[in-house]
This record gives sequence, C-alpha cells and structure tokens, in this order.
Amino acid sequence: MDNTILRTAALQAFYQLDLYGKTKVVKAVNEVDLAIQADEIYGIAGESGCGKSTLLKALVAAVEPPLRVVGGKVTYRIDGKEVDVSTLSPEEKRALRLSYIAYVPQGSMSVLNPVARIRDTYRDFIESHLGRQRHQEAFALAQDHLTDLGLPLKILDAYPHQLSGGMRQRVTIALATLLKPRILIGDEPTTALDVVVQRGVVQLLKEVQARLKNTIVLVTHDMGVHANIADRIGIMYAGRIVEEAATEKIFGAPAHPYTQYLISSLPKFGDKSPRESVPGSPPSLANLPGGCPFHPRCPHVQTRCKEKMPGFTQIEKNHRVACWLVGEGEHGQAA
Amino acid sequence: MDKLLEVENLTKVFALGSVLSKLRITAVDNISFFIKPAEIFALAGESGCGKSTTARIILGFEHATAGTITHSGKKEAKNERVWFTEGIQAIFQDPFGTFNPLRPVERYFFETLRNYKLASSPAEAVRRIDAKLHAVGLSYEDLAGKYPSEFSGGQLQRISIARALLTDPQLIVADEPVSMVDASLRMSIVNLFKTLRDELGVSVLYITHDLATAYYVCDRIAIMFRGDIVEMGTVEEVLMNPRHPYTQLLRASIPEADTAHRWQGEIRLADTEQDEYLRQGCRFAGRCPHAMEICRSTPPPTVQVEGVQVRCYLYSEPFS
Ligand SMILES: Nc1ncnc2c1ncn2[C@@H]1O[C@H](COP(=O)(O)OP(=O)(O)OP(=O)(O)O)[C@@H](O)[C@H]1O
Ligand SMILES: Nc1ncnc2c1ncn2[C@@H]1O[C@H](COP(=O)(O)OP(=O)(O)O)[C@@H](O)[C@H]1O
Ligand code: SF4
Ligand code: SF4
Ligand SMILES: [Mg+2]
Ligand SMILES: [Mg+2]
Repeated sequence: MDNTILRTAALQAFYQLDLYGKTKVVKAVNEVDLAIQADEIYGIAGESGCGKSTLLKALVAAVEPPLRVVGGKVTYRIDGKEVDVSTLSPEEKRALRLSYIAYVPQGSMSVLNPVARIRDTYRDFIESHLGRQRHQEAFALAQDHLTDLGLPLKILDAYPHQLSGGMRQRVTIALATLLKPRILIGDEPTTALDVVVQRGVVQLLKEVQARLKNTIVLVTHDMGVHANIADRIGIMYAGRIVEEAATEKIFGAPAHPYTQYLISSLPKFGDKSPRESVPGSPPSLANLPGGCPFHPRCPHVQTRCKEKMPGFTQIEKNHRVACWLVGEGEHGQAA
Repeated sequence: MDKLLEVENLTKVFALGSVLSKLRITAVDNISFFIKPAEIFALAGESGCGKSTTARIILGFEHATAGTITHSGKKEAKNERVWFTEGIQAIFQDPFGTFNPLRPVERYFFETLRNYKLASSPAEAVRRIDAKLHAVGLSYEDLAGKYPSEFSGGQLQRISIARALLTDPQLIVADEPVSMVDASLRMSIVNLFKTLRDELGVSVLYITHDLATAYYVCDRIAIMFRGDIVEMGTVEEVLMNPRHPYTQLLRASIPEADTAHRWQGEIRLADTEQDEYLRQGCRFAGRCPHAMEICRSTPPPTVQVEGVQVRCYLYSEPFS
C-alpha cells in the first residue's frame, strides 16, 4: 500500500542571480524524487552547501526569489487527496502551515523574540493561528503540550536569553508542533548544540513523533544523530539525492562511493586508526562538472562517469543508488 | 616534566546583568592544567561551561580575576603578554566570521607577516605564505586574489590554520574549530592537527564538545562543567572508562554512528545555566543520579584515581 504523504517528482529548485547583467544559476536542488511516508522519520544528509536547506524550503513551499522551482513538483496528501503545492493560494498555504506542515528553519532558536517572555510568544502565536476567542482554551492546550513533551512550565515566564541554547531549541520545536502538524520539517535542529543538549532535542523529536504519529523530515550533517533517529536516509550530493535506503543499510552497507567515504570517515571510540576524509572539495553548484557530479573526487571514476549522470539502480528493495559502478541506472532518473 | 603552557588556579568572575547587579557567576573557577610540547590537549564540556573564557584569557583577550599563566617557563607579566603574539595563535569556530567578506583572503596573510616583520621582500612573503598553505594542503595559487565567499567552510578553516602557522607558533588555541563544519570536513581538520603535531611539533589546545574527534586526535583531555574541571587524564582513561558522573553522561550522550547503539533511556537537562553556576556544593548535584546529602552543601575535593584527576565524592571519603 502506498502510504506517501509528501512527494517530489523531478523537483528542480534553482537560485537565479543577476550578476552585473549576467545570470548565474545555482542548481541547488536537481531532479529530486522523494516519496516520504506517513509516520516515518526521514533523514537527509550531505556536506555543507549541497542543497539540503533549499530542498526543505521547496518542501514547505517557502520558495522566494531568487529561489525558483524551475521544474517538477511537490505534492502533499491531505485527507487522501494529492495536492500540488504550486496550485495553492497564499491563504491556503498559510492555513496549512503549522496545522498540516511545520517548519523549524536552520538557526531558528534565534527567532524567539528576545524582548518577550516565552508566554507572550505563545500567546501571539495562538492568537495569530486560532484567533482571539479561543485564546484561554488554547493556552491551556499549550501548557498541556509542554507538559506532554516534558518541558517545565516555569519556562513560560522566562525570556529567551535566560534559557540555555538547548532549551530555546526545544521551545521552538514545541511551538512548531502545538497544532499537531502531520509533517514536521527540521533543518539542523541539533547543530552547534553540545552532545547532552543534542540528545535532549532528539529525545523531544522522538517524543513528538510517538505522540502525534506524524512524519518528520530531518536535515543534519551529524551522522550520529541520523543513526539515532532516522528510519530512512537520503544522501544528498551537489543538489541530487545519490543514495537512499533504510538507516541500517546506509550505515551497514553504503553503496555510493560518496556515502562510503561519509561513513568510513566517522571516528569511533576505541579505534584510533587513521581515518580518511573525502578528498578534494565540493563542486560549485553554479558550475557543476559534467556527468556524475562526484567524478572529480571519486576514486572509482570511469570514462562514462564524466559524460553521463547515472540513473538510479535499485540494488535491493528500498535501496537505490545513482552510480555507474552499481548498475545501469534503469530505475528512474537520478534524483 | 616539560610544560609548554601552564595554567594555575585560573579564575574569572563575571557580573550578570547590569553593572549594579550583585549577581556574579564564576565562569572559570580555580582551574589548573598544563600542555606539553607536541601534544594535543582537549578542553571539553557543554556550552557555557567556561571553555571559551579560558581560551580568551590564555590568548590575552580577557584578564583573569585570579591565577597565572606560564608559557615556556615565562610567567605572564602583568597585562603584558609579550609571549602570546608569536608563540600562541588562535583559530575560531566560525570560519566565515574570521574573514571580512569584502577583503581578499591573502591580505590577512600579508598583514600578519608585516605585523610580525617576518618577511623582507614581497617574494619572500609569498614563499612563506605558500609554504604554510602547503602544510594545510593548499597553495598560494589556490587563494591569490580570492574572496572568502569563493571558498567552502572547510577550506576557509584550513586557510585560517595556515595563517596561524605563519608565525611558527608552538601552540594553537582552537576554539570549537569543527562545530560548524560537516562530518567529512571535520576529519580533514583534525587530521591536520595530527600532522602539525607529528611533523612540526606544534601543540594544540582543542576546545570542543565533539568527544569522538577528541578521542581520535588528543593525548589528554580535561572535562569542564560550569567552571570546574571535573575530570582530567589521558583520553583513553577519561573517555573509555569515565569516572565522574558528568563525564559518564557526556559519554553516553554521544550519538554513535551505529544503529545498533541507539540512545537508551531519558536524560535530564538543565533549565538555565545560572541555576547551576550559582549552586552550592557540587554544581552537578541537580542532575547527578548519585547525588548525596553532602554534595548539595560542600564542593567535592579533587582526587587522583588511577592516574586520573576526578572531582566527585564517589571517589573520596566524605568529611565527617
Ligand atoms: N539566497 C541565496 N541566494 C543565492 N544562492 C544561495 C542562497 N541560499 C543558498 N544558496 C546557495 O545554494 C546552495 C545550497 O545551499 P543550501 O543552503 O541549501 O545548502 P545546505 O546543504 O543547507 O548547507 P549547510 O549544511 O551549510 O546548511 C549553496 O551553493 C548556496 O551558496
Ligand atoms: N563577557 C561576559 N560577560 C558576562 N558573562 C559572560 C561573558 N563571557 C562569558 N560569560 C558567561 O560565562 C559562562 C562561560 O562562558 P563561555 O566561556 O563562553 O563558555 P563555553 O565556551 O564553554 O561555551 C557562561 O555562563 C557565559 O554566559
Ligand atoms: S558514477 Fe562514477 S564518478 Fe560517480 S560515484 Fe559512481 S563511480 Fe564515482
Ligand atoms: S560530587 Fe556528588 S553530585 Fe557531584 S558528581 Fe559526585 S556524586 Fe554527583
Ligand atoms: Mg542548510
Ligand atoms: Mg565557546
């Protein structure tokens, strides 16, 4: 049974910049096909600048110039019906925000109003989404929600600067999930937090998922966080998803050379043997190498890698890889 | 024993809020440690525990409230850190914050050479810059005429390390140099520290909360909690066999890149930093699963346990 709640088909989202009369195109999201299932935690990993945040912006329909969706589409399944996001009016999008899909952007813990107590931020939020009349009722709901998530109620009386970074991040997540969205999108919610706090944030995300039975799409470049929380992972390289599989497979049997580097470079306790990082540096998305974008850094590069982008090869059920080494790419466009 | 840098009884008190406020926190509370030549020493602990404050004092950006710092046997002269400039160099967390986006990156290199009078001609300057860039896997050609936006975060971080190397420092103070870069670049930076230590004999004070890379590159480690060093020893002892309850919590919180070892159980987090800083007795008592009566009233003493320094009543006789 198809249980897809969020789908992209050949999605292309480019930044189109006008530089001294010349157009520069940053191909941040290129031919991405995703089928994210209801109730799953889907992780997206990849190096800095590969297009993760841009992909999320397209998923939540927060695309603003210079970013444009130049090809493909994003669809939501709402009450059993497929809805093409590009057909939604701004009002319809606003209505879906938070009640259907919620987005916690990168660096979002700094978005809490610094001069307002958390209580007031909650009140503003509730009023703008539910209207004044239901305020009392909704505020009780907010308190229940915080309690459910294991956050102390006394934080309501604090100003953001009085909370630790980790508590601020958890307040942001709690706020985003107040209206019980079906889909929660988080962009690096644990990055730059220390490990104990990071664990607290992951604990909270799991708690949210267990209670709401919803879908979480989580971007982080911390593979340890993915190992702890994600059900499936998509590995992104230069704007494309190049491998996708269940978390166990990505860590246990990575098939794309880039994924293999990513996994083997991770340090492990009790093992001080030298670890190699990915050689070379990431390509510019405004000036991509031809063929497979990983070819200038790939130790297995062959002639055809430089000429043609490989399509997906399904090496196992639910494990697809875009690499010539692995197969002929007969399972769809390399997304 | 040879000590390149020695920090003794270092204390830094900050006033919280307005100048008139009576509330004070001791961000760094009477800590002592030393770094040997050609050693990578880690200072680890959660954010707000006093790591950066310690680094800033060592670098001379901030004055200590009490305590001394000795570099190569020379004690710091009051407010006059003659040794700091050439012998110790710094690298910071945000590679994009280190360089002004509107200035070509190479200018920083020429400026440093000029400030320290390290080159007598432009040709010599370029030669020296090129040599230091080679130490980090780049060359002068890679950066000539370019602006920060033309580099990736990892490249910029390597460039800032090369710049720090210009003065042939004996010690590099690196404050969370990898926390903003992704996993693959992390390894290239810590591998670089290893090379600098092994080939050039440079020491590194590696400030981080990434214990996995600390284990991988460091020789010894000090774990800080709310201004105190709670445990210190070799990475092998401290990270593979943590003794202090806080180190145990840290260790158990590291997300292992292994789906067979997912986190088990729940943890408690501090609500605010202040509460813990202002706590009497052991500052970890509010979250410690082993907290006893005495922990809440009197700070525990520091004791040696099998070569590791630990500050916790579980390892000492409570006083009667
Ligand atoms: N507003 C913008 N205008 C022009 N280019 C942009 C803009 N935002 C991002 N880009 C470019 O698009 C590409 C992808 O950026 P994106 O922010 O999606 O990366 P990311 O994978 O989220 O990286 P990180 O891990 O650093 O957050 C990069 O080359 C970036 O420089
Ligand atoms: N200039 C300052 N004024 C007041 N408090 C400060 C100042 N700098 C740091 N602190 C406080 O000192 C404590 C330790 O901070 P810091 O050394 O930056 O920690 P870390 O680097 O370990 O995250 C924190 O509670 C912080 O808020
Ligand atoms: S397609 Fe070729 S260059 Fe690309 S990852 Fe596979 S082997 Fe390497
Ligand atoms: S001194 Fe007491 S409260 Fe502090 S860590 Fe040890 S057992 Fe826990
Ligand atoms: Mg991003
Ligand atoms: Mg710091």
